Amino acid sequence: MTDISRRESVLAFDDRMATVDFRISHTAHITVDSEVCRSCTTRACLVACPAKLFVTTNDGGILFNYEQCFECGTCYAVCNNEGAITWNYPEGGHGVVFRHG
Amino acid sequence: MPDFEVVVVGAGPAGSIAALSLARLGHSVCLLERGPFPGSKNVYGGVIYGRILDELIPHWWEHAPVQRWITRRGTMLLTDHQSLCIDYRSTAWAQAPYNGATAYRPDFDKWLADEAVKAGATLVSSTTATGLVRTNRGLVGGVKTDREGDLMANVVIACDGVNSFLAKEAGLYPNFSKDHLTLGVKEVLALPRQEIEARFGIRSGTNEGADLEIVGGTQGIAGGGFVYTNLDTISIGAVLSLGGLSASKVRPEEVIAGLKAHPSLAPLVDGAELKEYSAHLIPEGGFDAMPEVVGDGLLVAGDAAGLCLAAGLWLEGVNYAIGSGKCAADAVHEAIAKGNFSKAGLVSYKDRLEATFVLRNHRKTRKAAHLLLSDRLQNRYPQIACDLLEQLYTVEDPLPKRGALTIGRALWKGSGLRIRHALRDGRDALKIYG
Ligand SMILES: Cc1cc2nc3c(=O)[nH]c(=O)nc-3n(C[C@H](O)[C@H](O)[C@H](O)COP(=O)(O)OP(=O)(O)OC[C@H]3O[C@@H](n4cnc5c(N)ncnc54)[C@H](O)[C@@H]3O)c2cc1C
Ligand code: SF4
Ligand code: SF4
Repeated sequence: MTDISRRESVLAFDDRMATVDFRISHTAHITVDSEVCRSCTTRACLVACPAKLFVTTNDGGILFNYEQCFECGTCYAVCNNEGAITWNYPEGGHGVVFRHG
Repeated sequence: MPDFEVVVVGAGPAGSIAALSLARLGHSVCLLERGPFPGSKNVYGGVIYGRILDELIPHWWEHAPVQRWITRRGTMLLTDHQSLCIDYRSTAWAQAPYNGATAYRPDFDKWLADEAVKAGATLVSSTTATGLVRTNRGLVGGVKTDREGDLMANVVIACDGVNSFLAKEAGLYPNFSKDHLTLGVKEVLALPRQEIEARFGIRSGTNEGADLEIVGGTQGIAGGGFVYTNLDTISIGAVLSLGGLSASKVRPEEVIAGLKAHPSLAPLVDGAELKEYSAHLIPEGGFDAMPEVVGDGLLVAGDAAGLCLAAGLWLEGVNYAIGSGKCAADAVHEAIAKGNFSKAGLVSYKDRLEATFVLRNHRKTRKAAHLLLSDRLQNRYPQIACDLLEQLYTVEDPLPKRGALTIGRALWKGSGLRIRHALRDGRDALKIYG
């Protein structure tokens, strides 16, 4: 990444997430049941997840990737459909590691 | 035989102070932390208000990993193109015992946990508590972990932060809801030291610093913002009600971008390089949203007990976490002396919280969340205040000057707001800040 792109006021989202350290676990601490999401009317996770880990798929489901997660808990708090999200902390020592928190 | 007399889950400020206090009282205590080191999972604004540490760690200011000492506190009201700032500065805060200090949580929390270890607590990091263990009498008697098996204790203190799965598992948090939560998102931006001092009007070459709290500027999502100075970085962030955010089309990082682009904030952050982006929830519901804090064999402290105080002028959680951690330790000490670890044996925790600033302040500010997140406080009053000043400061010669009352009356009429609401808000504000 060049210095200039870092200095832009709105960074590309990947560049933004590249500033965060993760010790990625082999197993997913959060799973999303895309079938349950199909009937969701709010899709609140899309706008609210600060790490932008939820994306819609062409067929109206949800694609979720656990790797760059802040473990903040926003997604399950705003989730509209019971049972769509299974949420746990990652195994000890893994996941996000803040340097400046 | 349990492994420890007490297991404290979570090495944030609440947990470390609970463990430190218990260790000093001679008890065996395990301080469990899921991160690779204390502080690695924690995010705040942030300013530490250290008065509560004076007795616990005498002369803490000589040892704590501080970035800057706050000598300037401002509250800013923002509209699209205006801003109004109450800006207070005092050099008295530049000397011990100080008022507030910026610090990075991975530094500060690690330091505090080290103090607990020095006092005799056993810190177990990289280990997540995955649930509660019950004794055959139904009391909580330990926690399940993912790396150390079950850790058994007479009492468990849940200092596991805003999402407290332990309090929820114990059935103490039935009213946990997004309506009582805000999302804090933050950027840490690098700038040279002297540049920060010049931009924030800080005496150059000192480690004095500024703290600005922001109302408005959150693109229609109820919440607020903040700007804090560290030695060679600035922390800028937004605090967003989860209800407002989920119903919005604007994403959290876009709200920060909006703040950074605001004409009164842009000059502070222009050209600074992003060092870290982060996010964390805040329990903002206050007094009326708190869980039960005492169970059989279990106490809940800090953010896990919803004890963060978010009341506009104040965004304080670390000191409340510390205060409640200390109360929990004292209650457990008493329970151990009596040999009674049931709810009845631990109940003095509640009284101790009530007797200190922790619950006193929360009781006094219980209407704050409701008031501050209302449309009137978020948008309407700031707009009127800014317009009032704009008209007072605008010179309209040859027209004669209009007085503040005339301008105010016209603005009020145009706003369509009701006197009745304003009176109620005024009364609530008096209760909170009066
Ligand atoms: C954006 C933002 C700005 C803020 N600004 C300020 C400010 O300027 N000043 C201020 O005083 N406060 C501020 N706060 C509030 C403050 O951060 C919290 O109130 C404070 O951190 C609470 O401390 P705690 O010890 O209760 O919880 P935490 O600091 O959250 O600590 C909980 C600990 O428990 C660990 N843990 C959780 N679950 C488990 C488990 N199952 N097993 C093992 N370990 C576990 C976590 O890793 C963590 O270390 C802010 C908060 C946010 C989000
Ligand atoms: S809010 Fe919940 S149910 Fe709706 S799409 Fe997101 S994860 Fe699925
Ligand atoms: S916990 Fe937070 S960062 Fe992780 S997926 Fe959920 S909302 Fe996104």
